[in-house]
Amino acid sequence: MRALVAMSGGVDSSVAAALMRDAGHEVVGVTLKMWSGPSGEAPTAGCCTVSDSEDARRVAGQLDIPYYVLDYTNEFRDGVVRRFVSDYVSGRTPNPCIECNRTVKFDRLLRRLDDFESDVLVTGHHARSRFDGRHWNLHRGSDRAKDQSYVLSMLTQRELSRARFPVGELTKHQVRSMASALGLRTAQKPESMDICFVGRRDYRTFLADTAPEALVSGPLVDTEGHELGAHDGIAGFTVGQRRGLGVAVGEPRFVVRIEPATSTVVLGRREELGVSGVELSQVIWTTGAGDYGEVMAQYRAHGVPVPAVLDGDRLFFVNRQEAVAPGQTVAFYQDDRVMGGALIEGTFP
Amino acid sequence: MIYLDHAATTPMRPGVWDAMAPYTDVEFGNSSGIHRVSRRAKNALEGARESIAAAIGAGTLEIVLTSGGTESDNLAIKGAVFNGGPRRGVVTAATEHEAVLETADFLRRLGMPVTVLGVDSGGRVDLDELASVVDEGTAVVSVMLLNNETGAIQDVARIVEAVKTKDPEVLVHTDAVQAFCSEPIDVAALGVDLMSLAAHKFGGPKGVGILYVREGAVLEPVQHGGGQELGRRSGTHDVGGAVGMAMAMEMSLDDREGFCHRVGQIRDDFEKRLTVGVEGLVVNTPEHRRSPHHLNVRFPGVLNETLLVRMDLAGVAASAGSACQSGASEVSHVLEAMGLTPNQARESIRFSFGWPSTIEEAEEAAEIVTDLVGKLR
Repeated sequence: MRALVAMSGGVDSSVAAALMRDAGHEVVGVTLKMWSGPSGEAPTAGCCTVSDSEDARRVAGQLDIPYYVLDYTNEFRDGVVRRFVSDYVSGRTPNPCIECNRTVKFDRLLRRLDDFESDVLVTGHHARSRFDGRHWNLHRGSDRAKDQSYVLSMLTQRELSRARFPVGELTKHQVRSMASALGLRTAQKPESMDICFVGRRDYRTFLADTAPEALVSGPLVDTEGHELGAHDGIAGFTVGQRRGLGVAVGEPRFVVRIEPATSTVVLGRREELGVSGVELSQVIWTTGAGDYGEVMAQYRAHGVPVPAVLDGDRLFFVNRQEAVAPGQTVAFYQDDRVMGGALIEGTFP
Repeated sequence: MIYLDHAATTPMRPGVWDAMAPYTDVEFGNSSGIHRVSRRAKNALEGARESIAAAIGAGTLEIVLTSGGTESDNLAIKGAVFNGGPRRGVVTAATEHEAVLETADFLRRLGMPVTVLGVDSGGRVDLDELASVVDEGTAVVSVMLLNNETGAIQDVARIVEAVKTKDPEVLVHTDAVQAFCSEPIDVAALGVDLMSLAAHKFGGPKGVGILYVREGAVLEPVQHGGGQELGRRSGTHDVGGAVGMAMAMEMSLDDREGFCHRVGQIRDDFEKRLTVGVEGLVVNTPEHRRSPHHLNVRFPGVLNETLLVRMDLAGVAASAGSACQSGASEVSHVLEAMGLTPNQARESIRFSFGWPSTIEEAEEAAEIVTDLVGKLR
């Protein structure tokens, strides 16, 4: 089998490549060039920097596998960055890493497997996939604290059947130990926390440069509509946010809602953050078949799944939930198994 | 591995390494000292310089040793613009190497007037247009002799004539980095004031090159320091590099006719095989006034990035025109300037042949490429 390994330059994908090689597969390493600045420069922070692709190249050299950098800057700009900007303009809270998985890695790159005469696409995600004789199932990674199945919750049979996640079988500690044992330069590399095209800057600075329209000032109001002050743009706010609101009113206030049409940010008390459910779009099922009814729903990357009832495009929480932001992804689980996922369009009070 | 990327770099000619090696350990001297260790190094250096000068019909004082083509291009253009005279303008062409275009862009950002001329479908600038943009503010005109991506050859002698007729004070530079192994390079015949060469393109070591600077042409150094190279380029000399360059130059010069014949035949044969084997193949390299060792072709419907990867996996090395530091292919500015769309440029690949190329490997490569293109379509 020939495996195309998407190498980000981090320890997980380095070890993924090593595991595939050691399993006897023919391995080809690729790094996707996702983003370059106005003068074509690579980013200096996040997961696709110059030094990251150099790390990936050096690891590929250490593993003695062919390695290439593929240009995905157009696909990334059109599929991920534009969406990131337009989400903020419309008062949503985007997750560009999920969008990148969806539109670039597991779509555009996966579709090129045949071009590279490869059978599977391998990434360094902490998740496990299993074939049960009929379907490919996606499970949480062995290391619950590092589990990334949430960001893969939009994958269907088409993608899962051609994707492999070998490090999902290991704990992060085991991954690092293996990288050390192999002498890989990425063994102790810290995890990237930044959005690659934003870097270490504040995302608001990025928006101010690329989409100043997302930073039109507007009113801060309470839930009764009383004006409490003004803000520099709705893009600076996320539902549930408490810090940096720019108003002082005795008790703690939170962003409970963003109204893009009037650039209004609505603040409220903690109890006003609660929602009974969410409206969804792009509901997908891992196995292809809809399975409405009771699910465990996780609506944050490192959140705890909560019981909910799914009814078409609507998801109702058994217990009210706080700070659920439109634009985020919700993943449905049954125990450790991912059932599917969807995008949050809006919330029900 | 069949190596068809000789325009990127080519192996050293036999004997070159042996000639230069002693200057790294036995004769390790710094050529700028006063003692006999230095003197021996200095002798070797100046011997190499004489040989290099003779190979291009220049005087020894007209040879500035540099680290290669990029440095030479930088020194020629920045040096001319900052030489203390009133002229600040740069005129160049859209198909130049990044070493020229990025230098021009840097100067533009500093406020210098920069004109980048378009080219025709054969990759050549229009002489009337060139003359029309040269004026009393122009410090330097830089036009490449042989294009690195396509092998298109410009008539540098006529370019010099057009510029000098308009204004004899303007310095004319040519990047001849790709040209030395196949084209007659005589600075008197070309008439240029400045010319860049890089040793590793014709069988010499990497990291060594020259800028030919016509006597009387004044340049401000880019690299200031101890005043080596008559103050035009400071830094301890790479004596071994200069010796290696001189030897490779001599060998390449002796072999020039043979190279054109031999390598030209291999390239032509390869081109014929691809044209027959690949339906719809488009040859981007101009039909006339082309080098014998470059072939830029377009495979309609096949992304060059994919084909290059598949070729590498199948054991054939070639390249798209330009590659950024990360190694990702980018759209060739040269092909775009010659009228190709970005998508057409993304379907184009440069094959380049060199002194070690053989007809057998070119045959085999043509077969592999033809087969891969068929699979990818």
